[in-house]
Amino acid sequence: MVSAALSQTPRDPGMAVAIRDASQAFAIEDRTLPVLDRVSLDVQPGEFVALLGPSGCGKSTLLRLLAGLDRPSGGTVLGDGVPITAPDPSRVLVFQDPTLYPWRTVRANVSLGLEAQGLLRRQSHRVQQAIDLVGLTGFESAYPHQLSGGMAQRVALARALVNDPRLLLLDEPLGKLDSLTRLSMQAELVRLWQRSGLTALLVTHDVEEALLLAQRVIVFSPRPARITAELVVDRPYPRHRDDPHLVSLRREALGLLGLET
Amino acid sequence: MSGAVISGLSGSPVADRPRLWPVGFLAASVWIGTAAVTALLPDRIEVGRTQELALIALALGGALLLAGLATPWLGTAGQKIRKAGPWLTVLPLALGGWEMATAKLALLPLPFFASPQGLLEVYLEDWPRLGESVLHSLWLLLSGYAIGAAAGFVAGVALGWSRAIGYWVHPVLRLIGPLPATAWLPIAFFAFPTSGSASTFLVALATWFPVTVLTWSGVAGVNKAYYDIARTLGASQTFLVLKVAVPAALPQVFVGLFMGLGASFSVLVVAEMLGVKAGLGWYLQWAQGWAAYGNMYAALLVMALMCSSLVTLLFKGRDRVLAWQKGTVRW
Ligand SMILES: Nc1ncnc2c1ncn2[C@@H]1O[C@H](COP(=O)(O)OP(=O)(O)OP(=O)(O)O)[C@@H](O)[C@H]1O
Ligand SMILES: [Mg+2]
Repeated sequence: MVSAALSQTPRDPGMAVAIRDASQAFAIEDRTLPVLDRVSLDVQPGEFVALLGPSGCGKSTLLRLLAGLDRPSGGTVLGDGVPITAPDPSRVLVFQDPTLYPWRTVRANVSLGLEAQGLLRRQSHRVQQAIDLVGLTGFESAYPHQLSGGMAQRVALARALVNDPRLLLLDEPLGKLDSLTRLSMQAELVRLWQRSGLTALLVTHDVEEALLLAQRVIVFSPRPARITAELVVDRPYPRHRDDPHLVSLRREALGLLGLET
Repeated sequence: MSGAVISGLSGSPVADRPRLWPVGFLAASVWIGTAAVTALLPDRIEVGRTQELALIALALGGALLLAGLATPWLGTAGQKIRKAGPWLTVLPLALGGWEMATAKLALLPLPFFASPQGLLEVYLEDWPRLGESVLHSLWLLLSGYAIGAAAGFVAGVALGWSRAIGYWVHPVLRLIGPLPATAWLPIAFFAFPTSGSASTFLVALATWFPVTVLTWSGVAGVNKAYYDIARTLGASQTFLVLKVAVPAALPQVFVGLFMGLGASFSVLVVAEMLGVKAGLGWYLQWAQGWAAYGNMYAALLVMALMCSSLVTLLFKGRDRVLAWQKGTVRW
């Protein structure tokens, strides 16, 4: 919606992502903690991929590499064939924690990217569209401490979408939403992705959410994260949770995560 | 008129607001009583302005009497006056006690304790010199404070942001900063061309240290995720400093500004007493030299009002700038 309706110049809508043998390790006290273990993954332009894995396995770490916030300790991470070495507004990360700026109103928080890139004056109407999209119309002048956790997360989503990214990295963006808002935001995400053609990588704990949204689901092992399985969800949108195909895929995914009942 | 009705409706659960204001009448009668005591009892110690003092007390009593009658029509102003009722009652009592102890019964040794009319006399007769002193003090204080606060802010941001600057400035700050600014007095007065510029320097120095340290700690303590977010959205280094680090550090900066203001007051008085020969500090010194204790108390009161007003102003500014914060300390 935002990006599709707003992009004025035609360009490649989605970014191709290639992760080649990427490893990451952190130094904690004197020992090193391996977090990613030679992860390799290719994502086609315009694809929607979900990343599933146990807590603490390294999913957020992988998204930080793709956003260009950190460099891998081994291997390479490529966007459109070019090594990712620094952050860029064409690759936007929606953080697990909304981390809004408490001194800015909702509108000013959503404007952040346009302001940082010096586009705010010409494209300020996009801010309102993004706020409307996440259903926060009327809260433009509220400060973050006046918002609920779910509203803050929606502001964080609007703050990312307003930049018209070509790669959208979502780190459990719907985690704090109530189930109703969550359902409608999932539908919004799918529509946004379909209209804009951007590439989307979604980290989630929720197997059902992964199957409803993504074309491919990548399953990670516990830390250090390795890719243990890949499920292709070849179903048309909009999907329904009781689709028998999805139900059997869910059983398979839960089994891969060691949660089979 | 309608404003009063609306505020009455939307106000506290006090359902039936009393038509009259009993505390107001009490306060008014105490003021009038004090006026009578002042005017009618003979002065043991002769000071010129006894009748004027009595008149002022009487006028205040009369005004309170009117306020007591008119309070339902005074709106929010009336509510503020009502809140001050107990203070407005105790103040004339204290004034009366002071009057009795000094002018009427001479219980307190002269010349160290001035009478209320003595103070009034100072204000009525020496106001040009007092006013000039206030202006001098204000000018010295504000120019020194502005320079110190600006330098401290810049130094604090630079320290918090740049490792290289931190490497060079941090040791200097640690060595020089904790030294009381007044210790520089002897050096400052011969190193600077005029005593005025020396005093400005000292006030600035006293302000600089707390502002620097707190701005620095504010910038250093900014949530690192704020930077990550701005960086993924295409922010430049300048943007990160001006639009992320500085606003995030502002609450701390204001603590530094507040502490710097306190430090600047004490340096101001010392600098004026020892160097500049103008301003309230100098006035105090001068009054003491002539054993004019009435002038001293008068100047002290003015100084207290000046300092308190400046702190109030700072807090008002902070409340405006940090409106996004909830639950801040009230001054
Ligand atoms: N900056 C860091 N320094 C040290 N260790 C880190 C750092 N960032 C992450 N880690 C460690 O890396 C591991 C993976 O963290 P990560 O945040 O990627 O997990 P995750 O898969 O996103 O988990 P969750 O689903 O709970 O969000 C954790 O064990 C964490 O302690
Ligand atoms: Mg995570």
